[in-house]
Amino acid sequence: MTGSTSQAKDKQLDGASQLNDTNYLETLRQQMLKFANLQISDTHLAEDAVQEALIGAMKKADSFGGRSAFKTWVFAILKNKIADVLRKRQRLAEVSELMRSDEDDEALSSLFDKKGHWNPEDRPNRWGDPEDSFKQQQFWVVFETCLNNLPGNQAKVFMMREYIGLDTDEICKEEDLSVSNLHVILHRARLKLQKCLEIKWYDGGKHA
Amino acid sequence: MLSCHQATRLASDAQERPLTFKEKVSLKIHTMMCSGCRNFESSMNTLRKAMQGFASGDHKDITNNNTKKTMKKHE
Ligand SMILES: [Zn+2]
Repeated sequence: MTGSTSQAKDKQLDGASQLNDTNYLETLRQQMLKFANLQISDTHLAEDAVQEALIGAMKKADSFGGRSAFKTWVFAILKNKIADVLRKRQRLAEVSELMRSDEDDEALSSLFDKKGHWNPEDRPNRWGDPEDSFKQQQFWVVFETCLNNLPGNQAKVFMMREYIGLDTDEICKEEDLSVSNLHVILHRARLKLQKCLEIKWYDGGKHA
Repeated sequence: MLSCHQATRLASDAQERPLTFKEKVSLKIHTMMCSGCRNFESSMNTLRKAMQGFASGDHKDITNNNTKKTMKKHE
């Protein structure tokens, strides 16, 4: 934890400023409530889930420089909280819809044929110059959409790893996963992101 | 010979841990012959860079000019 203290300070300021902006937080809370109510259809339980998700998300708030990143993170946690509530109420069909775990396996195995080789239409193409894409605002809109499309558990773990930069041990401990479970989840998340970006951005011709 | 499913798993794992010598060689041999996995492997780097850009919040400043203080590039 030595090194560029000024950068660390900037990061902290960014994180803190998100939490100090009451209007922003209230808007975010309303969006979360709306989402939770749709999934749980019990106002009281929905409020609890939102509250818990917000508290959980705050713990790592300093790691987030940007609001859209923070929002994606908060919603990933919220999806997991909602899944817990639904599980307790034995609403298993809805859990699998929210986490899209079964469906997800299907979607992934459909990328590959029986022997595990790419189906022709799913074979990844060469992406254009990434640095060039990053300069375009539309790219980030697409990127955010693709992240938000990930199932809750994949989104959460992927963000812990890639945004917050937690190491394997920390994530496994916090999420109660084995190392190989973690690697499976990250692999799935990356396959989905790769596919989503390719369809929505690189093949879409929006960058041309 | 690895399947593409296995090769993409190694390409993803390479972001997480050092691959063993055997894994590296099998992945290399596979990607020499398979453009899909070669492209997947290189998209891993793009994904990581994109996540860094997204996390730093720089991209938002293109449209949101209320956070000028973060305009500077993190380099
Ligand atoms: Zn392949």
